[in-house]
Amino acid sequence: MNPPSLPGSTQSAEPPEREQSPWGPERRLPESTPAADAATTRAQEARVPVDLGRRKSLNGEKLFRWLTTGSGAAVLVIIVAIAVFLIAKAIPAIQGDKVNFLTEKTWQVPDRVFGVAALAFGTVYTAVIALIIAVPVALGIALCLSHYAHRTVATTLGFVIDLLAAVPSIVFGLWGREYLIDPVRDLSAWLHKYFGWIPIFGSDGPYGKSILLGSLVLAIMILPIITALSREVFQQTPKMNEEAALALGATKWEMIRTAVLPYGRPGLIAATILGLGRALGETIALAMTLGGTFVISWDVVEVGGNTIAANIANHFGEADDFGRGALIASGLVLFAITLVVNVTARVIIYRRREFRSAL
Amino acid sequence: MTTISTPGIGTDLRGRRLPKWAPWAIAAGAAVLSYLAIYLGGLLDGGWVLTAVVAVLLYLVLLAAVATGVEGSRAARNRVATSLIYSAFVLALLPLLSVVYTLVSKGVSRIDADFFTHSMNGITAFDANGGAYHAMIGTLEQVGLAALISVPLGVAAAVYIVEYGRGKLATAIRFFVDVMTGIPSIIAGLFVLAFYVFGMYKFFNHGQGGYSGFAASLALVVLMLPTVTRSCEEMLRLVPDALREGSYALGIAKWKTVMRVVLPTALPGIVTGVMLAVARAAGETAPVLLVSGGFNSINFNPFSGNQSSLAIYIWDQAGAASQYAPARAWSAALTLVAFVLTLTIVAKLLARRSKLK
Repeated sequence: MNPPSLPGSTQSAEPPEREQSPWGPERRLPESTPAADAATTRAQEARVPVDLGRRKSLNGEKLFRWLTTGSGAAVLVIIVAIAVFLIAKAIPAIQGDKVNFLTEKTWQVPDRVFGVAALAFGTVYTAVIALIIAVPVALGIALCLSHYAHRTVATTLGFVIDLLAAVPSIVFGLWGREYLIDPVRDLSAWLHKYFGWIPIFGSDGPYGKSILLGSLVLAIMILPIITALSREVFQQTPKMNEEAALALGATKWEMIRTAVLPYGRPGLIAATILGLGRALGETIALAMTLGGTFVISWDVVEVGGNTIAANIANHFGEADDFGRGALIASGLVLFAITLVVNVTARVIIYRRREFRSAL
Repeated sequence: MTTISTPGIGTDLRGRRLPKWAPWAIAAGAAVLSYLAIYLGGLLDGGWVLTAVVAVLLYLVLLAAVATGVEGSRAARNRVATSLIYSAFVLALLPLLSVVYTLVSKGVSRIDADFFTHSMNGITAFDANGGAYHAMIGTLEQVGLAALISVPLGVAAAVYIVEYGRGKLATAIRFFVDVMTGIPSIIAGLFVLAFYVFGMYKFFNHGQGGYSGFAASLALVVLMLPTVTRSCEEMLRLVPDALREGSYALGIAKWKTVMRVVLPTALPGIVTGVMLAVARAAGETAPVLLVSGGFNSINFNPFSGNQSSLAIYIWDQAGAASQYAPARAWSAALTLVAFVLTLTIVAKLLARRSKLK
């Protein structure tokens, strides 16, 4: 296990006593000091403690190290560049806006009166409704795949769910607009008739391209993603915990409630937030299924609804240079929202190392 | 399962259980009751959908009541939870099956030779023909260029994270690669719009901004880079340290060890990750829509002039005011899904054959 110590090495990460006594680690154990311990740990962390190519002045090692570090740094550069370029293009548009960009609801770019309030509200509202629909169902499927269904069935269906996560969003948008819209129209009328006393079903029409339709399509789209993530998390539950619960006489559901769900809770929260991130940024499917109005309304059945991303897709074609700046300004707001959401999810995942490979 | 029967002892330790047929009987009863009340009785204006929903709810309520009476509340809760989990499963499969069915049944109508060999050049709203040849070229070129840029960059970044990265920079890169996977695709489009289409491109085009297929590739790079890096990173971590140590013991330099030992070992996994990233990029609509411009004729040159792609083609045709457009949109959607799913399936099968698990 001891790495070779070459004469060419100028800076060795090993503790010095190893060179004097080449007998194996157990002889050194009693005299290990904190400093030596730290050095050993460092040597174990570094996969190669001895830099093998240090003598040559210009060598492949240095070049390779440079190339890989540069590529890694490119990711940071891109994130910063996205923020910088969006801000640079957004500032002239926001300065040219006659009203407050953050509180104005309408989007009348030619009159220089536009704001992101209704769009940001619609973005969050639609995504949250989609999550409320999708998360319980996704949890059910994930549990079914990880703990209930037969292994062969679970593997096959898990594969199918993964495939569905790969279906492009425009296909879901097309399906929602051409097919789902009629059932949703009927459903809206029915909901209004029997549950019209609840404010969100209060509108008496017209029905069709509504927040309900958009959220349903969105829910169906994020369902495979949340399912795949939470299934991975559930499958990582230690078998010992499950068997211990069963040995104490728990029913299967009690075992899931006491062993599986508590263990997977951070992973589930992270999966939900990642799903929220996807839902917030979804563009084309919502551009095809929402009504595209500029009002803040809690009503889900009436024709209407809009999101930042859908508005960009719908209004990009007709926009001039200033209009594009305005759309980019609204995109900046979306970027900020999704950045906060994603960073939150990642911080939760980083607290539990074992989930990182799954999510 | 959870209860233990002890042979030889006179008393049965198991509690009272519902017979196996009981849940089926309850299900049948709930279905009949719901059918009579909702479908025939017209309660709540019900159609067959409402009948099914009410039948499931009735089943759950009846099952809970019967099971509580016979087996006790814990077993009843277990039964209801199991039923709910299975019904969530069926509930989710329905729309997904519907998507697949609609896609195939509506999509096949325009899958013909014309569709794969012609563009939309000169096709008016009254023409039933016209194809997506130009769009397929666009998709292939844009995704191919994006892969050419993002794969070396992503693999190198993953090598840095796994083999070289120490300290704060590596942690920051790892974290932001993860964060970047969640960036909305339209933001990538807006970024390239500001950075390239109305920025860098002016240097090559006499001060004029302009759309191009390459701009779409750049947007896709922003989306693919974190995906490629993440999957490659996972694969590199799976390579056993013994292989690296064996190479070092032979006096091989670190970079050669990475190039000759680590990367070849991880290759099948990396290919899988790249294919999944390509499949995802091929279906992206929003960023491509913003920066490639869309075009009705064939343009082989991705570096200059507007270019279409399958996703944009679907978007255009879905919004076009022609009675023939929806059929073209569905056929293009079917083509796109077939392409994406083939890539995904091949990638997943490759992953299963990989030795690293």
